[in-house]
Amino acid sequence: MTASTAPPSAPLLTIRGLSKGFLGVQALDGVDFTLRHGEIHALLGENGAGKSTLIKTLTGVYQRDGGTVALEGREIAPRGVEEAQRLHIGTVYQEVNLLPNLSVAENLFLGRQPMRWGLVDRGAMRRRARAVLHPYGLSIDVTAPLGRFSVATQQIIAIARAVDMSAKVLILDEPTASLDAQEVAVLFRVMRTLRSRGIGIVFVTHFLDQVYEVCDSITVLRNGRLVGERRTADLPRLDLVAMMLGRELEAAAHRIDIGPAELDSRPPLASFKGFGKARSVEPFDLDIRPGEVVALAGLLGSGRTETVRLVFGMDRADKGEATVDGQAVRLKGPRDAVRLGFGFCPEDRKKEGIVGELSVRENIILALQARQGWLKPIPRRRQEEIADRFIRLLDIRTPDAERPIQLLSGGNQQKALLARWLATEPRLLILDEPTRGIDVGAHAEIIRLIERLCADGMALLVVSSELEEIVAYSRRVVVLRDRRHVAELRGGEVSVERIVAAIASETPNVEVRQ
Amino acid sequence: MTGALQRFLPLIVTTAVLVVGFLICAAQFPNFASWRVVANLLTDNAFLGITAVGMTFVILSGGIDLSVGAVIGFTTVLLAVLIEHGGWHPVPAFAVALIAAGGFGAAMGGVIHVFQMPPFIVTLAGMFIARGLGFVLTTDSVPINHPLYGELNDMALRFDFGLKLSLPALLMLGVVVAAVVLAHWTRFGANLYALGGNRQSAELMGVPVARTTVAVYGLSGLLAGLAGIVFSLYTGAGYSLAATGVELDTITAVVIGGTQLTGGYGYVVGTFVGVLIQGLIQTYITFDGSLSSWWTKIAIGVLLFVFILLQKGLLVVWAGRGGEPAEA
Amino acid sequence: MTLSAPGPSRNLPQYGALIAVLLANWLLFPDFFAIRLQDGRLFGSLIDVLNRGAPVALLAVGMTMVIATRGVDLSVGAVMAISGAIAATMTGAGWSLPAVLAASLAAGLLCGLWNGLLVAVLRIQPIIATLILMVAGRGIAQLVTEGQIVTFTSPALAFIGSGSFLTVPMPVVLTIVVLAVTALLVRATALGLMIEAVGVNRLSSAGAGVNTPVVLVAVYVWCGLCAAVAGLIVTADIRGADANNAGLWLELDAILAVVVGGTSLLGGRFGLVLSVVGALIIQSMNTGILLSGFKPEFNLIVKAGVLLVVLLLQSPTLTLFLPRPKGARPIGTVKPPVAPTSGGAKP
Repeated sequence: MTASTAPPSAPLLTIRGLSKGFLGVQALDGVDFTLRHGEIHALLGENGAGKSTLIKTLTGVYQRDGGTVALEGREIAPRGVEEAQRLHIGTVYQEVNLLPNLSVAENLFLGRQPMRWGLVDRGAMRRRARAVLHPYGLSIDVTAPLGRFSVATQQIIAIARAVDMSAKVLILDEPTASLDAQEVAVLFRVMRTLRSRGIGIVFVTHFLDQVYEVCDSITVLRNGRLVGERRTADLPRLDLVAMMLGRELEAAAHRIDIGPAELDSRPPLASFKGFGKARSVEPFDLDIRPGEVVALAGLLGSGRTETVRLVFGMDRADKGEATVDGQAVRLKGPRDAVRLGFGFCPEDRKKEGIVGELSVRENIILALQARQGWLKPIPRRRQEEIADRFIRLLDIRTPDAERPIQLLSGGNQQKALLARWLATEPRLLILDEPTRGIDVGAHAEIIRLIERLCADGMALLVVSSELEEIVAYSRRVVVLRDRRHVAELRGGEVSVERIVAAIASETPNVEVRQ
Repeated sequence: MTGALQRFLPLIVTTAVLVVGFLICAAQFPNFASWRVVANLLTDNAFLGITAVGMTFVILSGGIDLSVGAVIGFTTVLLAVLIEHGGWHPVPAFAVALIAAGGFGAAMGGVIHVFQMPPFIVTLAGMFIARGLGFVLTTDSVPINHPLYGELNDMALRFDFGLKLSLPALLMLGVVVAAVVLAHWTRFGANLYALGGNRQSAELMGVPVARTTVAVYGLSGLLAGLAGIVFSLYTGAGYSLAATGVELDTITAVVIGGTQLTGGYGYVVGTFVGVLIQGLIQTYITFDGSLSSWWTKIAIGVLLFVFILLQKGLLVVWAGRGGEPAEA
Repeated sequence: MTLSAPGPSRNLPQYGALIAVLLANWLLFPDFFAIRLQDGRLFGSLIDVLNRGAPVALLAVGMTMVIATRGVDLSVGAVMAISGAIAATMTGAGWSLPAVLAASLAAGLLCGLWNGLLVAVLRIQPIIATLILMVAGRGIAQLVTEGQIVTFTSPALAFIGSGSFLTVPMPVVLTIVVLAVTALLVRATALGLMIEAVGVNRLSSAGAGVNTPVVLVAVYVWCGLCAAVAGLIVTADIRGADANNAGLWLELDAILAVVVGGTSLLGGRFGLVLSVVGALIIQSMNTGILLSGFKPEFNLIVKAGVLLVVLLLQSPTLTLFLPRPKGARPIGTVKPPVAPTSGGAKP
């Protein structure tokens, strides 16, 4: 399965003891990384592992605090993307950062157009653009705007630009996140071609199948530290997942009482059949019963967040149907979901959750007020009561309810968002990474809260990367991989080992239950 | 749809509107299809065309310049005061006016870049300042009687087939040609499009954002200054209230010409056609005699709406994949 | 009204500026504060400031809420022209005052609805969406007046412009009424909260179930109505409608008033009263320049200066260098820069 059988060659890029901190958070702590000539090297890790920081330090976006970076034995410290490019380090991001409005040729040669008599020689630029793209098997109209091509083609053009600007090290940051299988195959062909030309490629991805298909070596980071470097051929999938998640697999998790077995016979509160959206998540079936916690587990990018966004109507499903209390419902937007008694705490709190400048009180009553309509304002005193009650109940640390929510810590913002939905007394609460970026104390409180809520008969749909958490409070766990629901564990089946096994399995070994 | 056709669709639609409009006029009024009408169309709209070229560049880069009308007004007053009150020869006065207008634009670009302020509001302040400076110089309409003005107004390029191009018309055509070269055959032009496409990406790809921003507003000011010179030739006077509302006419011409107001997409030639369409509507109303002048504004408003809708539709096509996130 | 004024320290600059400008006027013109009663109506420079400031103050009330949603309405001047043109023309044709008022206000409402639909449903940027009506609106007004300056003699309509109620000039009364009704509408209902929420973060608000399109349409409709009232006042005052010049440039004055009043162009918190104070500051400066014997032409430069100073105070670049008073935001602040997230914070 691994493509290269050649022995590891001389190091191209050597990183030793790299450290970088932000405002007291140590994002990178003494990380080593070695990239060889003609090697595709996977850089893996979950959220907060330090992958992005490592890449940004390499490309000059950040300056390192400590450690050494050497390219072909020469110490480098780029102070910007351009300087990194001059030092032969090229980067292609998931969000292609070329310009969709410029032509392909202009994108390839922006800032270094061939000139003649003081003017851009457009003919020469076209010819050279075709020549540059030829080795990649792209014979496209180079005068067409870049935005007209598929993301895959744009990725390859971005790679071609980086390589043509004399890259020896090519960093591909999640280039496959929005590609389909065929496009990925094309991209991999390009990567293999570049490898054969001696270029070292750092490949960041969340798709394990892809790692095993194309990478020679794997470096795993976790919480800013190096977990280890392995040859792909020597690392079984299960071990890789364990390295990434940092689980000692034999450690049994403590399970709380997850509700009586007859819950299964209750009619579902919400039921989704063949629900899905192209390029987002494959059609899935999902039932959620009152009083149970259903967790979605999987690696980053496996379709967890996409699933809950469809359920709440944040993204519109293009396939399948949804029923609530046995009635077919339409989920065209969040307002439909709120009317049905759903609530949703999104993963990106800052962008999609809090209304930063408004006070804690206003943030808490916002959803309730929106559901009541603007004509029936909640009296100021009642607002204060609600806010104070939840501030006490959830122990939101704020001097008072009038403080702008953006001044609170992440954990307290999260609790205020929970309060926003609890104030509406929802029947189904959807939490996407509810404990992300939250300190340990708040973390435990949020978990206790989840337990209490489900005991009160509320249904919960939770996305989390914290497997122990999931195991502790979930009655059922749906496991996702590569944008597909691949397994469902329930009751006694729920354990960290089984979740990890389902994530790592190459073929679905547990059928999705109807 | 082939790629090229799709890319030039706004331009093609705009040009088609101009041609069809011209044909309708020609069918309705027997004297319309003449070189004289064409020459007048070019001369009467020369200052607008020159200003609109600068506006196109600013909008392509993702900005907007509301000060151009005021800069034209200020330039005419400055020229009148220098020539008539100061006794200057027009040529050095022209040079001073161009430097002042260009420097004014560049200063606004500098403020926009350094303080990261919205161009809309900075150039609004610029508009107040330029009009105010004009008023301070003089509030009267000052006629310019220098003999050179007469000579310049008599200058024209005559073609055998009957077309006579005045100096303003020639200047506008020259500016348009130079602008096309600047937009598509220089690095500055590519940088403008890049900046309007996505500022962050452009910066990452090595586009000198500061220099380009200052230069594009400077260029817009310079061209507004040139338009001011043309306007003073055309009216033979300097008046601080001259060319009010020209900023809107030029923005309209740019939009009708197919340039995206969000920046990044569009062509200078389209703006030129947009200016001619506005001129054509005015000429039609003049020829008709019974139609009132306000129909110009309403017709331009309708065109503006239609072209914005067209752009909106095209942008969705260009963006290609994925819809906008659901809301409410 | 505590929502619009989180702390007294935030409003001080506006009131301070107003008092300073008024005092400067008084120094230049000792009779500035003199008020006399004549024919049952108050007269004097101060009354003049209020009276002449009324149209811009009215526009500023509507504009404030539009700006609070991160928008802007460039068409208010043109809407004034339309409403004035309808009022003058219909009065001239012998319609009764209620019919005239209803028609003028309905025109403003329709204009606002048009703008709102373009912004909320077609998702066109506000500057561009309202540009259409700014261009075409004046044409529509001229269409109504058939290009003439339409004059009328009806004392009923003229009363709105030059009459008085309990000795207070009608424009001032109307401005106070509109301000009070607006304040009631947004603060006694949940609309104010929704407007601020949409302006701060449209995505989050939609995610919390706020009907963002309806909120957006509502603010543009209200802005159109305010502009229609302002148009009525101007027409009634001069007893005629000049479709070409009525409300010309006033959209810019209204934006300036809102900015001076401390509502950020980036949306969010808004203060209706403060915007009216902003309008009065501008009008006092105009009056002061007139009284001091300077040419009125200096007005524009002074306005530009004020605008630039206020904007510079808001500029993210400058606020990095200025110490910020604890707990208080500088007037009309922009949002604080996002702190760098720790590694790997990718969606």
